[in-house]
Amino acid sequence: MNDAELSQGKPAGTQNWLLRLWPIVPIIAALLFTSGLLLLFNAGPLESYSAMWTGAFGDANKTFSVLAFWIPLLLASFGLLITFTAGLWNIGIEGQIILGAIFASWVALKVDGPAILLIPLELLAAMVGGALWAGIVAVLKTRGKVNEIFGGLALNNLAIILTNYLISGPWQPPEGGSFRGTTPFQEAALLPRYMDTRFSPLSLVLAVSAFVIVFFILRGTTWGLKLKALGKNPYSAFLLGVRSERETIMAMMFCGALGGLAGAVRVLSWFDSLRQSISGGIGFLALLIVILAAYRIFWVPLIALFFSAVLNGSITLQLRTQLHSSLGGILTGVMVLFVLLFGSAKQLGIGKTKQVVSEGAPEVTYSPADTIVPGKHGGD
Amino acid sequence: MRVELKDIRKYFGQVKANDGINLTLEPGKIYALVGENGAGKSTLMKILSGYQPPTSGEILLDGQTVQLHSPADALAHGVGMLYQDPLDMPPFRVIDNYLLGSNGGVRLDYKTARAELEGLAGRYGFDIDVNAMIDSLSMGERQQLELVRLLAGGAEVLILDEPTTGISAEQKEILFESIRKLAREEGKTVILVSHKLEEVQDLCLYAYVLRRGQLVGEQELPCLNEQLVEMMFGQVPQRTRRPAFDVGEPVLELRDVTIDTYQLTVPDINLSVRAGEIFGFAGLEGSGQRLVMQACAGLTQPNQGHIYLNGQDVSRWGYHRLQANGVGYVAAGRLEEGLVAGLTLTEHLVLARPEKQFFIDWKDNAQEMAGRIEKYQIIGRPETTADALSGGNQQRLLFALLNTPLKLLLLEHPTRGLDVRSIDYTWQLLYKRRDDGTAILFISADLDEIIEHSDRIAVFSGGKMSRILDAHETTADELGHLIGGQE
Repeated sequence: MNDAELSQGKPAGTQNWLLRLWPIVPIIAALLFTSGLLLLFNAGPLESYSAMWTGAFGDANKTFSVLAFWIPLLLASFGLLITFTAGLWNIGIEGQIILGAIFASWVALKVDGPAILLIPLELLAAMVGGALWAGIVAVLKTRGKVNEIFGGLALNNLAIILTNYLISGPWQPPEGGSFRGTTPFQEAALLPRYMDTRFSPLSLVLAVSAFVIVFFILRGTTWGLKLKALGKNPYSAFLLGVRSERETIMAMMFCGALGGLAGAVRVLSWFDSLRQSISGGIGFLALLIVILAAYRIFWVPLIALFFSAVLNGSITLQLRTQLHSSLGGILTGVMVLFVLLFGSAKQLGIGKTKQVVSEGAPEVTYSPADTIVPGKHGGD
Repeated sequence: MRVELKDIRKYFGQVKANDGINLTLEPGKIYALVGENGAGKSTLMKILSGYQPPTSGEILLDGQTVQLHSPADALAHGVGMLYQDPLDMPPFRVIDNYLLGSNGGVRLDYKTARAELEGLAGRYGFDIDVNAMIDSLSMGERQQLELVRLLAGGAEVLILDEPTTGISAEQKEILFESIRKLAREEGKTVILVSHKLEEVQDLCLYAYVLRRGQLVGEQELPCLNEQLVEMMFGQVPQRTRRPAFDVGEPVLELRDVTIDTYQLTVPDINLSVRAGEIFGFAGLEGSGQRLVMQACAGLTQPNQGHIYLNGQDVSRWGYHRLQANGVGYVAAGRLEEGLVAGLTLTEHLVLARPEKQFFIDWKDNAQEMAGRIEKYQIIGRPETTADALSGGNQQRLLFALLNTPLKLLLLEHPTRGLDVRSIDYTWQLLYKRRDDGTAILFISADLDEIIEHSDRIAVFSGGKMSRILDAHETTADELGHLIGGQE
């Protein structure tokens, strides 16, 4: 509250400029914090970060790896923008990615045909798989009153168990189950990759399309507005005429479909078969990315790229220094903590358009007071 | 405790909610703070109770300048505010709620707390069962409990914000008696914020009148109501007389409708509301009138019986289907049940319009909203968010969002918390709706309002509906008897 009030005194331009650069603040804070941690372990921060940089962008091959890892993160994050808008915590995105990977693998293993037929079929199957898995979570929520977080977590585990069963059972390679993965897919089933890298230009086309579609849904469609209303006040939205159950299920399935697509990109270009940890936490990373981006779509690609670079770079870090590659995980984790620490973006009036921030000052000051103080009251 | 407010200013952007207010409150007196909606009463009291800081200005308690950082901090300084909606926590027992509010050690001392609570309650004539669950208490009892909590916390200055909203006449008397006692015998400073001038006259010694964020008058009480109204509005508003209207065919019919919930059974409701007719439901809150209305809106389903809309059986229809077929419903809680905080007026309009486009034509909708803003005299702009509007304007927005024409309009407390002029305007809007043949069914806690505006009235008491009364031949006394369950 005080922040918002203090900033009223400043010229509006300064305020907007600060708000726009908001995600940078926790990133810098996290870098400083991690540097402190590195010093504690007698490692030079500069040296470590430069090792990470080389690991991420040292040569073309590495750079394309970063890009290839970036794409599924983007797809999942764009899907999550939809569910977050509707006020849903789709923790089940991880399971939806896995199901997408399983469905795509199923087509890749069982259907023979030219690439032009196989690839669309795989992508479609992956979207159906992810949407189906998300749909179960949604119906559990609307009909069974199971919170989507718990339903999602349960289905995440089920998805992992299903993968393990397929790898060690029906889909195991002829030479015997190894728990590593299935037989590599036929060449026609794989996404065309750039040179010898894991990066597929086609997957970039998918991600860009997802960006455009999600952007327009949230910006200019009645459906997007319904989701926004649902996320802010489900009962009022219902009374205004929003069919809450249907929109909840649709939002989840939309996100699930994009998650499934992310899973397909994983099996069809990053790997060449269904693997045990096919997602490897991409869904959870995407949740962090969207939170860090303060639910703003334009920040998502940048932050996702940053995450991808840090995580890929930390592998080299381990080779060059004696530090464990989990440093990348620490860095990203700390960053999210700092975002939460610096207060939710909404309280700072972020997420509103520039015009409203400068003109509609009342609600910037109102909302925090209204939400924080009554809660405190009972506890005095 | 002597309270001085010096040059209090509170700005929300361009809006000057409080614009340099100076006033002094002496101990042992009961003051009234009156003014129309948006005059700045609530803002000023929220500042005094530590809920929000002023933009500038000083608060002096017994001559000492203080900074109040939170309601808890204000209470520690001796200022306690009783909110319009009690802020206790429903799923608790009374005693737990009380303990939560007192700064105790690690262990909960039930015995002392119980003695304290019962002692305080006894002193002010409150009858509180310490082991009752809070959600089983009536609004009046919850207020008593909250008042006791403030007193136990050491409140010397008590701010009461519309304390009689939703409580019975009997509880009102108890409350007023205890307030008089607090002021007279214990020297507490009491400030009553209210729209109900009768109450103000009845209880208070002195009135401060606010208009547009400024103190525009002070008045010894009692005085003529017209004097206060003139200060509040600058002129005495004319109440429009009810235009005569010929009612048409039945629009809504309930036949042997029974609604059974775990709290209350509402048996055998039979009634019909005709096109152009205004039908009022009276009764204490929670007597069943809201359940019947929600059944008509499709928000709850009757256990037995049938509901007909224009002759068609709609007993099993859901809310959205009824909405699409010309039933409008406006609930009492504006920002909780009807508007979405954070969405703009235009966005509300897009959601409420029956014809759905895939892509939103923002320009067209903003124009339409601007037109409705003018028509419904909302102080706001298409791009204003709903939560930035004042209570009266939020109510107007809800009316502006209703589709036209409607067959049936269901209203819960359509004028609750509004000032005289807004109430008058609201009813003018509702009268216009009758020209389209809309049948109107409304719930109100204000008996005068029900008698003045209804054609026919039904009274609910403990789930049972009374015989249907002709509004022109009944009196507030008769309704009062029926509300109390006497035939």
